[in-house]
Amino acid sequence: MARSTLAPAETAPPAVTARTAKTARTTRAGAPRSARTLRPRTLLIAAAAWLLAAGFLLPYAEMVITALRPADELRDAGYLPSSFEWANFVDVWRESHLGDNLRVTLLVAAGSTLLVLLVAVPAAYYTARVRFRGRKLFLLLVLVTQMFQPTSLLVGLYREFYQLDMLNSVWTLILCNAAFNLAFAIWILTAYFASIPVALEESAMIDGLGRGGALLRITLPLAMPGVVTAMIFTFIAAWNEFVMGLTLSTVPENQPLTVGINSFIGNYTVQWNFLFAGSVIAIVPVVVLFALIERKVVSGLTAGSVK
Amino acid sequence: MSTTSTTSGPAGKGSPLRKDGSLRKDGPVRKDRGGLARLGPLPWIGPAVLLIALVVLWPVYEMVRTSFLRISSSGFVRGSAGFDKYKQLFAEPSLPSVVLSTVVWTVVVVGATMLVSLALAQLFNQRFPGRRLTRWALIAPWAASVVMTAIGFKWMLNQTAGVLNTLMTDLGLIDSPRDWLGDPATAWPWMMFVAVFVSLPFTTYTLLAGLQTVPGEVYEAARVDGAGPWQTYFRITLPLLRPAFLVGVVINLINVFNSFPIIWSMTHGGPDSDTATTTVFMYQLKNSDIGESAAMSVVNFALVVVMVVVFLKASRWNQEEN
Repeated sequence: MARSTLAPAETAPPAVTARTAKTARTTRAGAPRSARTLRPRTLLIAAAAWLLAAGFLLPYAEMVITALRPADELRDAGYLPSSFEWANFVDVWRESHLGDNLRVTLLVAAGSTLLVLLVAVPAAYYTARVRFRGRKLFLLLVLVTQMFQPTSLLVGLYREFYQLDMLNSVWTLILCNAAFNLAFAIWILTAYFASIPVALEESAMIDGLGRGGALLRITLPLAMPGVVTAMIFTFIAAWNEFVMGLTLSTVPENQPLTVGINSFIGNYTVQWNFLFAGSVIAIVPVVVLFALIERKVVSGLTAGSVK
Repeated sequence: MSTTSTTSGPAGKGSPLRKDGSLRKDGPVRKDRGGLARLGPLPWIGPAVLLIALVVLWPVYEMVRTSFLRISSSGFVRGSAGFDKYKQLFAEPSLPSVVLSTVVWTVVVVGATMLVSLALAQLFNQRFPGRRLTRWALIAPWAASVVMTAIGFKWMLNQTAGVLNTLMTDLGLIDSPRDWLGDPATAWPWMMFVAVFVSLPFTTYTLLAGLQTVPGEVYEAARVDGAGPWQTYFRITLPLLRPAFLVGVVINLINVFNSFPIIWSMTHGGPDSDTATTTVFMYQLKNSDIGESAAMSVVNFALVVVMVVVFLKASRWNQEEN
């Protein structure tokens, strides 16, 4: 990881990696004898994988079931409720701050993603292209940021934004989420930009485009897969962020969903059905988003970190 | 923030221009370009540096400062505390056990995650019907919020109506439903299980990405040379997976060490601080004494720095070896 960040030029170009991956896949696919003669083995593998997949989904299935449980059946130990109470989703919306929480989460996730892109794209591009003085120092700074999680800085963050009188503000959460996701975005984008031939830009620059123009018109479109990966990772991280929301927002209507659902946990009783109705609303969009880019996740990780 | 990034261009045209003009030599400058180019790296990396300074470096300073201050519960600074907060922290009777728990927690969770992920990556790299779908299922704990997953497990372990208690009773594993999270002896293993559960997807995907960079010809050659599957795995796959493995270890070390939501959601670190790691303990202290909490943060932070330095050393050593 440190290697790729400190020397992005050495990073394997994603295009090449994708090609080798494809070669590997076709080689494996091109060995049908193993698939044919080892049929029971394939079945065993499939069975194990399906079982594991079910295991990974189990907690979320239980959440959905609980979200649909009638309130008076929450203390029953049975696996399934006698009937599914779809009205829970309506009630939770009406009786809590969930709408506000969802709005905060959306604003924070979208805002910090946008901010990360605005800040990371130029920085990553310049770092990948130009050997300026202080480049090493800058990359070290980025690496150090990657190492420090908000959890370890909570007290400092709280004191800072308390003094700035910026607690309970969406802007604070946007700034914080952007800052802590910046390192990953710069790191992955630098690797992508470094893999795009300089010659393409040079000819554009000779034709009169400045560096900014070359970036916008030539390089950025080519680096789109990397940009999308960085975007989605940032969006999901900000969407699921908890500790900063918990610390920097103290009023229920200013809290993100991850913090807001905790209001269903009282001192003596927990409204589990409402709690999980809220959770399901928060989880489903992200899981769908993630599933859509499942293939890109592998190539994104390959470009950014592994090689 | 976005306004800062646009203003830093024209606003910086004054004094930093001359200073940065000399930087141009370092870059492969081809053509004479206008104002933006003469500013050097500033307009490009300036906003990133500013954001990091504001949200990462400032809190570090603020945290260290707070640890030397006497601050009332309403937030008023009452003067310097010297090293009192540190003395107070180190006098906490639960601190040794909290630090020990943190070490055990980190080592066990990261170790188990890496081992299980190696197996999972190997499995999901095979071709079998439904591979795409099962991989989607694997992603769920990664995409879902850790807080919600942890609360989900807390609910499934509920003594009255938890589905895991029901299941284990029905299978005859336990005689009657138990209060798993009320007793540190059973709460720790369950929380470690949840921590491994949420760390598996990222780690497995990192290793899967690593597996895909291994060219198929290498396996072909090994097969021709008569290597068995285990021999191939330990002699070829594992060494080639090393970079991906290293990334997995480091990211997990940082994540698990700082892991707060799982423990906070499941036990709040309680009873007392019996199920707290240093970060949870820090949050517990925040409610009673923010100065002492800051002192805990500084100690915690120092531990992270040590980990980072060790990692940087290790990765440089790794590079030399190549």
